[in-house]
Amino acid sequence: MSDAPNNKGRRNQTPMTQSQSQSATGDARFAHKAMAEKLLSGYQRSADAFDELIAKDGEIFPHYAKLLGEIEDFGAAELARRADACQRFVHEHGITYNVYGDPRGMERPWQLDPIPFVIAPEEWQQLETGLIQRATLLNKILADCYGNQDLIRSRWLSPALVFGQPDFLRPCHGIKIPGDTFLHFYAADLSRSPDGRWWVVSDRTQIPTGAGYALANRLVTSRILPEAFRDNHVHRVAGFFLAVQNALAQLAPRSADKARVVMLTPGPHNETYFEQAYLARYLGYMLVEGQDLTVRDNSVFLKTLSGLERVDVILRRVDDDFCDPLELRNDSILGVPGLVEVVRAGNVVMANALGSGLVQSPAFMSFLPGLCDHLLGEKLKLPSVATWWCGQKSAREHVLKNLDRLVVKPAFRTHLKIAEAECDELKQRIEFDPDLFVAQERVELSTAPSWQKDSLVAQPISLRVFLVADGRGGYSVMPGGLVRVAPDSDGKFISMQREGSSSKDTWIPSATPVDELTLLHGTGQSVELRRTGNNLPSRLADNFFWLGRYSERADATSRLLRSALLRFNPERTGGAMPLLAPLLQTLEIQGQLPGISTKPELWANAEAFEAELLAAIFDPERAGSLRQTAEHLQRLAMLVRDRTSNDMWRVLSQIDDRLATPTSSLVMLAGDAVGILNQTLLGLAAFHGLARENMTRAQAWRFLDMGLRLERALYLCTLLDATLDSADAENPSLLEAVLEVVDSSITFRSRYNLLPTVPAVFDLVLLDDKNPRSVLFQIKQLVKHFDKLPKERGDTASPGKMILDNCLTRLERADARELASSSANWRESALGATIRETLRALPQLSDAIAASYFAHSAISRTGRGGAV
Amino acid sequence: MNYHITHRTLYEYAAPVSVSHHVARLEPRATNAQSRESFTLQIFPEPTLRRERTDYFGNRLCFFAIQEIHAKLEIITSSRVNVSPKNPAQNESAAPWESVAEMFRDPVSPEVVEPYQFVFDSPQIRAARELADYARESFTEEMPLLAGARDLTRRIFEDFKFDAQATTVATPLEEVWKKRRGVCQDFAHLGIACLRSLGLPACYVSGYLRTRPPAGQPRLVGADASHAWFRVFCPGTGWVDFDPTNNVQPAEEHIIVAYGRDYGDVSPVAGILTGGGAHEVKVSVDVEPLE
Repeated sequence: MSDAPNNKGRRNQTPMTQSQSQSATGDARFAHKAMAEKLLSGYQRSADAFDELIAKDGEIFPHYAKLLGEIEDFGAAELARRADACQRFVHEHGITYNVYGDPRGMERPWQLDPIPFVIAPEEWQQLETGLIQRATLLNKILADCYGNQDLIRSRWLSPALVFGQPDFLRPCHGIKIPGDTFLHFYAADLSRSPDGRWWVVSDRTQIPTGAGYALANRLVTSRILPEAFRDNHVHRVAGFFLAVQNALAQLAPRSADKARVVMLTPGPHNETYFEQAYLARYLGYMLVEGQDLTVRDNSVFLKTLSGLERVDVILRRVDDDFCDPLELRNDSILGVPGLVEVVRAGNVVMANALGSGLVQSPAFMSFLPGLCDHLLGEKLKLPSVATWWCGQKSAREHVLKNLDRLVVKPAFRTHLKIAEAECDELKQRIEFDPDLFVAQERVELSTAPSWQKDSLVAQPISLRVFLVADGRGGYSVMPGGLVRVAPDSDGKFISMQREGSSSKDTWIPSATPVDELTLLHGTGQSVELRRTGNNLPSRLADNFFWLGRYSERADATSRLLRSALLRFNPERTGGAMPLLAPLLQTLEIQGQLPGISTKPELWANAEAFEAELLAAIFDPERAGSLRQTAEHLQRLAMLVRDRTSNDMWRVLSQIDDRLATPTSSLVMLAGDAVGILNQTLLGLAAFHGLARENMTRAQAWRFLDMGLRLERALYLCTLLDATLDSADAENPSLLEAVLEVVDSSITFRSRYNLLPTVPAVFDLVLLDDKNPRSVLFQIKQLVKHFDKLPKERGDTASPGKMILDNCLTRLERADARELASSSANWRESALGATIRETLRALPQLSDAIAASYFAHSAISRTGRGGAV
Repeated sequence: MNYHITHRTLYEYAAPVSVSHHVARLEPRATNAQSRESFTLQIFPEPTLRRERTDYFGNRLCFFAIQEIHAKLEIITSSRVNVSPKNPAQNESAAPWESVAEMFRDPVSPEVVEPYQFVFDSPQIRAARELADYARESFTEEMPLLAGARDLTRRIFEDFKFDAQATTVATPLEEVWKKRRGVCQDFAHLGIACLRSLGLPACYVSGYLRTRPPAGQPRLVGADASHAWFRVFCPGTGWVDFDPTNNVQPAEEHIIVAYGRDYGDVSPVAGILTGGGAHEVKVSVDVEPLE
């Protein structure tokens, strides 16, 4: 099947003698041919579409030969293994795509096909030239529409196309844009028609998404097919991102070394949130939401814990009309009030410029050939798919005549729903409001090989390519792109929102080795050293705090449930129960076993009781279950994704995965549950270890640890209070259980060498400040953290600090020997009171922290005096 | 006719506001028939930043930001405006409305680009076939454009009930249409929507109206209000105003402040606050005729 040299990937063969080798090679050839046939046995080249792999004459295109040869070389079984590895990498990196309106959780794993799409270098070069011309052209059109509007006056552009569009933002007209660069980023969707020509199907000028997914695809694909990646000399995409960084740094109104670039996100519910967090981290920009920014003195500032920091460039993922509720859409909650005025003053640069969504309308496509001629004096190199905008009389007539064979779409971003419309109804609507409709020729997508089960099949693809402005009036193209694959061979359109759609890496091979580039900064430049990370936005501080709280909540819950399950013995239900009381009571108060003390029937029925415990672990519907806590953890981890390592993310998503598994199996034994709790605890230990060893001691870590300490103190105090409340408090078995839950059994034994007694246990667990699991230890850590937090203006002691000082004084004054006499009512003792006081103070402390540091000042609109 | 207009807007916030940004369009426009003799805009507390400019539609606007903590905001304007008497519009001699609509169907001459902007849907006004049908009762075949607009004005006045309680600034036009009630801006929006549904350019006007006290009573100071109406583009004549709330063609007693595609383009004061909570707004307008 392939004549390409395919002696790669055989390094593991045992050495052979000359004669053996000859015959072996012959056999291998034979086996290999069979394998290739098997791999391609299901490959049906469609008669109507262009096939990217096999030419009309049945020959494999030379640019695919090397890749195919190597895949054949390692065979179907190995390819299947690598395909699995591919999905595993995607999962471990948490590459996801949010699907709107999906009730079962919005995050869907990204679908990546292991077989890359390969495009011939000569062909790519042509595409590149065409794309650069197109980006330049669209940018010039934007500059005119938001400036003199000569194109309209001189009849090159139909006025309705501009004035009738909701994406023409009148408040942005006349704003002076640095370098007249509206499109810093541009993407286009390309597809190839049966005759082998490439067409632009859509232009992306508002928020060109997908470059991050292309990068993620590249990282995974190059890892699962390293040999082929190397041998094909595939062009690297890192250079493109370097160009992005350079371009954005140059835009800053202030000197480049001070420039702060942020990425403005609509938030975690956006469909491409993963990509935003991923790119922000890769490019080194802070990912912010509108509420993290504020306008003062006609500049944009980032609200951080230690004050306001000026922002120079905003890489936006928020639609332009949502960017400023004052001058643009006033119902937007995603934007920054006053932003447009700052842009107007030139104190911040938006990429892409506000208003650049205008030329994304497919209606522009029919004007591009003429405009290209007029504005650039060149022929349009890359054609658009045939498009008729009904706003033009002749085009409208054509569309109405050919309605059955054209695809009618909204011309502008509107509320229109076209898919359901009947032909006659559609005709009437087009005639009533022609400007709103555009019709395009159906595109027969080309097909490329994709991996399915155990062979290669031909699936329809389209290619999204990415460009960035170089700041000197030109554009550079990412050498690669995002290929999207339609689920079935008669796919007419591709959307990642659609079930079954997948994606591919795109390879442009080179005859010679390519430059290796990574995003390592500042070679040879002097760098201002920074040791602090005090620029944490308060919203993120909030998330880290709760990440700490939930991680400890998961830890405490797991420990309590594990000890309960281990001690629970169906044979002696009644007898063991009292000894479990403090554990169960703690779980009840903290919300894992709501109302358990009021359900005496459970205490008698072993099965029901066990089911209750298991539900507290696994039930996803149950408020406070471990499973829910794990989901909260994962959600929070997603919110701080650009600030935490991949390892942390992986650890937390594994915990969630593990707890999610058992819902599928019907029978769950207590023993299995203990096993899963053990794994959960190991996962949490890994998470806390990563936090302790890998996070710099800056504010993110501080808030994470504060959350953790506060939550641990809360559970400890609840457990100790419940213990004092128990009639069997003196029972060594009960005290053993307490020690086990707080992981202090070994310490206790090494110190006392006797059965646990109440004073000794309480001294260790409540008052020993050397024990990292004691209450006093948590309080002292919190005090340390508080001393390092930014101070509020003029405040000598913040409310939080006062609460803490109070707790500390009480605990330091307490003496566990008070509990030596067994006659006393312990809960009413001074020590008991201290525990309850602390228990009351902790939620207040949490509120005080929230009030001082997380207050997201809500914005509101002035009610407008209506006219009569 | 000369007028002295005082327009006060007072916001009282339940919670302190730490920072706020506003856009005010309160300065009367200079037009062919109206000259602005003087204009002052006072803001309390004093804004940290204040910029005046002309917007896309040629209206004067003032952008301001207040960065000190405040619990109330007061905006006071004082304008002197001269409105010259208009010749009575020749409604019956205007071009038939179909020929005007045809001017604004592709291909459209660059010469009428300015009015052309007002043919399209805007954020608060959408053309609808139902509205076109309603409008056609006034715009019968070959009906002169202005005569049709005059009749539409009368029908809105008669078919819709003025009711200050029925709607707010946020009420969508569809609801006004269904309830058959509203205030001046609803009626202006409705008139515009009808005209645009026929493919005619129509624009929203915000301004003031001189009110006359009932016979024998003195004029009450500050009892006037902001007002709104619409205008339609008539080739050869230019923009011609119609006030459906009062069933009149504005002459000397309407003072124009700003115009745009709909209320959203010209709202007198818009603002976004950080903090503030619930708040109250008090508006008083005084249109004093000077003899």
